[in-house]
Amino acid sequence: MKKRKERIDRGIKVRSEDIFALCSWREMLYLSSPRLLPIVGLLVLSFVLSLYWQKVLLSVSVIALLAISWDLLAQSGMVSLGQALFFGMGAYLAAIMNHYWGWSPFLTMPMATILGGLFCTVLLLPVLRLRGIYFAMVTLILPIMLVRVIEATRIFGGTEGISGLTPLPSRWFELYIIIVALLAAFFGFRRLMGSDFGLVLKGINDNDRSVMNAGINIYWFKAQALFIAGSVGAFAGAFMTHVYMFVGMPVFALDYSILPIAAAIVGGTGTFAGAMFGAFLLVPLSEILRGLGGLRIVFYGLFLVVFIVALPEGIFHYIQRKYHQFERWVEVEK
Amino acid sequence: MLLGTLIYGFVNSIILALVALGFSLTFGISGVANFAYGALYILAGFLSWLLFNSVGLPYILAAPFSVLLTAIAGALMYRFVLLRIRGMVLSEVIATFGIGLSTLELFKYLGFIGFEYTLPVFIDYSIDIGQVTIDMQRIFIVVIGIALAVFLWFFTHYTKTGLRFRGIAQDERTALSLGINSDRVGTLSVSFGAAYAAIAAIVILPLGTITVDHGYEVLINALAVCIVGGLGSTGGVVIASFLLGYAQTFTATYIESHWVMVVPLVAILAILVIKPSGLYGEQKELEERI
Repeated sequence: MKKRKERIDRGIKVRSEDIFALCSWREMLYLSSPRLLPIVGLLVLSFVLSLYWQKVLLSVSVIALLAISWDLLAQSGMVSLGQALFFGMGAYLAAIMNHYWGWSPFLTMPMATILGGLFCTVLLLPVLRLRGIYFAMVTLILPIMLVRVIEATRIFGGTEGISGLTPLPSRWFELYIIIVALLAAFFGFRRLMGSDFGLVLKGINDNDRSVMNAGINIYWFKAQALFIAGSVGAFAGAFMTHVYMFVGMPVFALDYSILPIAAAIVGGTGTFAGAMFGAFLLVPLSEILRGLGGLRIVFYGLFLVVFIVALPEGIFHYIQRKYHQFERWVEVEK
Repeated sequence: MLLGTLIYGFVNSIILALVALGFSLTFGISGVANFAYGALYILAGFLSWLLFNSVGLPYILAAPFSVLLTAIAGALMYRFVLLRIRGMVLSEVIATFGIGLSTLELFKYLGFIGFEYTLPVFIDYSIDIGQVTIDMQRIFIVVIGIALAVFLWFFTHYTKTGLRFRGIAQDERTALSLGINSDRVGTLSVSFGAAYAAIAAIVILPLGTITVDHGYEVLINALAVCIVGGLGSTGGVVIASFLLGYAQTFTATYIESHWVMVVPLVAILAILVIKPSGLYGEQKELEERI
């Protein structure tokens, strides 16, 4: 007697798909709790954590921002191997504006966000005309090259970097600005991908030629997606610069490229929640494994391979399925 | 002065071609962009160092043995990782990138850093061409580089395996219908690429110390040459490596050696603006361009 596994939507999922969701608290809770969980969770965490783990929460949020911006690019058919490019661009821009021109962080962070996104878009503009792995190749090369340029020309502090930058007013301010930014980017991206604009981006990922056939200029859409993702990454960099009060060549380091990708792959691509979930899983884990030093990057690399091969959908999709559906074994009909 | 620059530029170009050939070979046949390429290169270097210094094999045995081991590593990577995600280009990129990264960082973690990690030169002797002194190792590089390129051409044109390679590269489905096992060809192509990386490593690494960061550099150079020359085109690789090699040498001589690493980047961005599919990418132009 052979059996197969059958997956059926839970009753509550079906009931809460329509206006009838408003009939009972249970259905409303079923719908709203996954959305409220990140908001409430982040706020509660910011209160209960110790000083050290608050710092960890900062870096979790920064990596989560980079991971969701990676996910946005990946959903538009551009796989980046160098999120450090966006991060480092924002970090250096904010530091330059603060150190050389004396601007306050309230001005440098928004400016670095916009300019950082713009610079990255312009740098990567030539690659947008090609599909496939070209984008991955060039994004891998760019941050490493920029490090070399800074090292060679000794501009912007050279190998020593720029220190003594203006800090943000207080640690609570630091914490809440990044939490608000993360939530805004997260829910904003989700809305974006649900809109017509997002539909075009997904279409470019699926079949770029048919999107072109529909009379849509895909380069313009790709450039816009690149700008949005680049800005988010640049914001993370600008923020981290003011938190550390320092900028140097490590902002272009591989950590900022590999960790967001690992987070997005482990969590699951395609829904920004997966990328965020992955960041909340991997960054504290790497904090616990801090004693291992360089071995951590080895683990990220192996995580990438194992998840890509064995569980390409990621952890989040698994949880999502359990939430929406139940499974049972049924007999196979002859 | 100029003669020296020309000669060293020639050697540099051959080095670039050697480094890029394996990457281009793998990509041209099975379409796998092997981002673990730099790691395989460094792996071969450290393997032959270990076999020579720790195991105590004579170098003449240690070098071929490490090439063989690297080729096996490439084949295993294809069998156990790439085969499962075949056809999903971006998954392949991420998986090979992950493998390469963990290999390189593992070497760094295990403490393979220092000046004692050098491979011996084949013959410690140098000759004069005009007023320019050039050591035998660089001449070996030129000889082996040219020999490998010529071997590759003959191999892909006159042997059965080579013809299978080209069949899969041209049209995988038609090749399948003629009884060519695409999985086996894929495995072979990755392990051939790995072997080329290993030979390049053994010939080139005696010029300096083996460092982990060199692995990233090798990958970047290989990518740059392949993008400029056109992905998967062997002729393009040769031409692009001469362009980049001379550009780098002239930059190092007449501007400043720090700027050498910027040359590939400028070349890539320039070629993407002017002719996006590379100098000799015509055959695959339609697929890459949108």
